[in-house]
Amino acid sequence: MIRLEKRPTPSQTWSYLTPLVAVIATMIAGGMLFAFLGKDPIAVIRTIFWDPIFGEFAFYYRGQLLVKAGPLILIAIGLSLGFKAGIWNIGAEGQYIMGAIFGAAVGLAFYPMEARWLIFPLMIIAGALGGCLWAMIPGILKTRFNTNEILVSLLLVYVAEAILASMSLGMLRNPEGAGFPGSRNLRQYESAANNELIAGWGMHWGVVAAFIAVIFAYILLSRHIMGFNIRLTGESPRAARFAGVNPTRLVLFCLGISGALAGLAGMFEVAGPAGQISIDFNVGYGFTAIIVAFLGRLHPIGILLAGLLMALTYIGGEAAQASLGLPGAAIQAFQGMLLFFLLAFDVLTNFRIRLSREVAP
Amino acid sequence: MDLSINPILLVASLMVASTPILLAAIGELVVEKAGVLNLGVEGMMIVGAICGFAIAVETGSPAVGFVAAALGGAVLSMLFGFLTQYLLSNQVATGLALTLFGLGLSSLMGQSYVGVKPPSTPKLDIPILSDLPVVGPMIFSHDLMVYISLAIIVAVWAFLKYTRGGLILRAVGESHDAAHALGYNVIFVRLGAIAFGGACAGLGGAYLSLVRVPQWTEGMTAGAGWIALAIVVFASWRAGRVLLGAYLFGGITVLQLNLQAAGVAIPVELLSMSPYLITILVLVIISSDRNRAALNAPASLGRAFHASH
Repeated sequence: MIRLEKRPTPSQTWSYLTPLVAVIATMIAGGMLFAFLGKDPIAVIRTIFWDPIFGEFAFYYRGQLLVKAGPLILIAIGLSLGFKAGIWNIGAEGQYIMGAIFGAAVGLAFYPMEARWLIFPLMIIAGALGGCLWAMIPGILKTRFNTNEILVSLLLVYVAEAILASMSLGMLRNPEGAGFPGSRNLRQYESAANNELIAGWGMHWGVVAAFIAVIFAYILLSRHIMGFNIRLTGESPRAARFAGVNPTRLVLFCLGISGALAGLAGMFEVAGPAGQISIDFNVGYGFTAIIVAFLGRLHPIGILLAGLLMALTYIGGEAAQASLGLPGAAIQAFQGMLLFFLLAFDVLTNFRIRLSREVAP
Repeated sequence: MDLSINPILLVASLMVASTPILLAAIGELVVEKAGVLNLGVEGMMIVGAICGFAIAVETGSPAVGFVAAALGGAVLSMLFGFLTQYLLSNQVATGLALTLFGLGLSSLMGQSYVGVKPPSTPKLDIPILSDLPVVGPMIFSHDLMVYISLAIIVAVWAFLKYTRGGLILRAVGESHDAAHALGYNVIFVRLGAIAFGGACAGLGGAYLSLVRVPQWTEGMTAGAGWIALAIVVFASWRAGRVLLGAYLFGGITVLQLNLQAAGVAIPVELLSMSPYLITILVLVIISSDRNRAALNAPASLGRAFHASH
């Protein structure tokens, strides 16, 4: 009979190994899914994980890698702080949208003035502010009225989507766009554009911000009292209360930071790769970032690696869609599967598996 | 501008609009009463929606479709059950995974069904009741699922209040250690509750794709699963209030759609976000009384159970 025995302390080895095991298990299960869809599983897996980095057209895909990984890492870093403390902000998608709207609105307000030194920094501040304010709604409702932040932050995603539609049809619509929905293209507006810093690398200011966020989160968690409080609250909320951690401040801090980072990601996206506010501007980075945060074990360095891997599945998925006719939804299911396997294998971190004969307790 | 909204039609469409959320919410209520927080309602709903739709199209029978939807939802929920009950994974994270996976899986399954018309679900024609003036078209001329959903509410209420099984389920949700010490199989009870919740969510999803819309589009549940979760909180974990909450919500949805159609001078975006805003508002009102909210929630809600011996 198989029995689980709780480990006295979580296993360090397994906590590093589970993401790898989960990725391999997902490749096997995903391969079965692809085979079921009538595709050659080996070819699909190679197209997704190998070709974008080492294949014939890698020079194109490598740049895309950072473009996709940037927002994922930026959002996931913010989410991981809250998740560590048991504060579940799952509405990053909404904060991402609001950051983009705020950032774009500031940029467009200055159009056609040329003053990059002023406009671009202002857009960055506005983007962070937009996401932060949107995340403050569940934060304040939780601390003031004891409302569940999971439900409120998620429901606000739908509200943000409605605002996005309204903005791209109304206030932010391009006046010279012949009535088509969508704003002016910010990439063609020199002062607001978030273009590649080095041609072909995919490196834009959003990616730089993501790297800074990784370092910032690492220092916060390992060296700062706030990071200690976050970890303490996650491990034992009661102990944290006795130690004098102010739960209200902690909730607002975690939600505020994660909202601001998601807002930044949205702002950099709208000024760079996406270029404009449009109805279908958001593509689900806010939700995929949840998987990234868990896959990275809520650790900044882990999230950096997980973000790159998840970006790879996006790019490889698109490549497989183009060359092998793999349905786009298959990648979404694949990513969801990854989170399942990760959570399943996590049991090995906290428990030992014992094969035992029936013994008297 | 024409503001004359027909009250008979309003109530009739309210019942149809509420049914998906009603089904999902009553299922989740049972799950939470057993002490499990399953945030995967949205994922199970949408998988139920496509399972029911696909099977109904293939067989030509909506009834078979609904059965398939319930099965699909239950099977998916067992994935959650296995992970949280046997592998003791975090319930919040696993529920989210279920939703993300369900959304992906459903759009994968539904690719060849976009734009297909499902077989229509017949409306009942109850001999005398349906012919009553006013009340007849308002309440007694819906399809069978509306009445089944009401029957499920009554059954859950009676089960939790009057039966031994209901007592055991509640005991498991309030204190799993005590229930275990009394000799009840906590994991078995919880798995049963999770499967029931999955089946109900699947039925709710299929009602959306087969009756309410009726069509298949990707992501068609549009947050209905999350609203169902909010309604369970609103209902303070009581079956009767789930009915109230779901019908209230359905009423708002129908009313805002009617107002949109009537061309009232309120921005369309504001109207279409109103169901979500009102759900948040209701959550705030219910949760603000800390003592009452804490009193009603099952005490072991969201806590993992691991029997050491």
